Amino acid sequence: MSGPRARTLIEPIVDNNPITLQILGVCSALAVTTSLLPALIMCIAVISVAAIANSAISAIRSVVPKNIRIIVQMTIIASLVIVVDQVLKAYAFETSKQLSVFVGLIITNCIILGRAESFAMHNPVIPSFLDGVGNGIGYSLVLIIVASTRELFGAGTLLGFTILPTVSDGGWYNPNGLMLLPPSAFFVIGLLIWAVRSWKRDQVEQPQFRIHEEQV
Amino acid sequence: MGAYLELFVQAAFVENLALSFFLGMCTFLAVSKRVDTAIGLGIAVIVVQLITVPVNHLLYVHVLREGALEWAGLGQLNLSFLGLVTYIGVIAAMVQILEMTLDRYFPALFQALGIFLPLITVNCAILGGTLFMVERNYTFGESVVYGVGSGVGWALAVIALAGIREKMRYSDVPEGLQGLGITFIVVGLMSLGFMSFSGIQF
Repeated sequence: MSGPRARTLIEPIVDNNPITLQILGVCSALAVTTSLLPALIMCIAVISVAAIANSAISAIRSVVPKNIRIIVQMTIIASLVIVVDQVLKAYAFETSKQLSVFVGLIITNCIILGRAESFAMHNPVIPSFLDGVGNGIGYSLVLIIVASTRELFGAGTLLGFTILPTVSDGGWYNPNGLMLLPPSAFFVIGLLIWAVRSWKRDQVEQPQFRIHEEQV
Repeated sequence: MGAYLELFVQAAFVENLALSFFLGMCTFLAVSKRVDTAIGLGIAVIVVQLITVPVNHLLYVHVLREGALEWAGLGQLNLSFLGLVTYIGVIAAMVQILEMTLDRYFPALFQALGIFLPLITVNCAILGGTLFMVERNYTFGESVVYGVGSGVGWALAVIALAGIREKMRYSDVPEGLQGLGITFIVVGLMSLGFMSFSGIQF
């Protein structure tokens, strides 16, 4: 694999992460992360849809008229999501019930449309495929971190296995119920962004106003 | 009437699309820097929800649902797997029609909403509203109320966030939290606030 291709694959994982930097696909990242299993299934679904949609859109990019391109992209993405939805309903019914509407919402997941519009429309098939996989992995990484934090501290389990035995089961850990409620998803992602930006300092946003230091 | 009011309050506050289902987050975070643009976007979302949820409801009941094509003599057909592609098509078409109508008859409003209308097609709050309507088997009347209620809830949330962010520009935020990070924390606090509605019973 040559240099630029590897970069297309690896860059979105940390340096240009879809969630923490591009603000794409935040909705589902927050909603499916109460426990790890649905989050993992969601990751697989998003990686496959992103990769296939990106390659398909890139393959037909020169024959699509400019002004109806969004509708064409939407149709391709929606068809792929229908396939994913049907597969999940057939083989992982319980989890698909837990994910409820969020599988369908992959259609409007901005990562997919955003990458199709900004990358696949201008690049050949193979780099587009890699870009889809890379962005999918970047998204998955955030999802897995958030989901493991929330499940571990909220219920003391990971993938349903007990890690921290809770007080109600005779253990020592007093679970933090807030972790399973919506607000904690925002806090965890906010703190994650803080951590990433303290590590990669060039991602820090410039404040709109500087507070003027008072001269004494 | 009471049931509709209850559904409205539930859709707008208790099950707020933005703060308890995290729908429409991308636009929610990106277009909440100023109060006036947030108001424009909020109104656009309410209008589109009001139209698309009932329209998709009619399509679901009379075309897509199992046995819905009885009137055409195709009672054994079940087209519900085509749901997603149909709903997104309806939403895209509705937004397009709304845009043209506004441009023709209400140019002032069209100018105000401007770039937000096309953005709404990819706003998951809209598709999410439709999918919840299907999942919960609302009647036609309920789907209208649910559409308005969820739209109003989303609009309230985005306007409130924009107000907070306008004030926050003057505050001293740690470097790494600047911008997106602190916004997430603020939304988390707002979501905590909205959780206090969850005890409301009629």
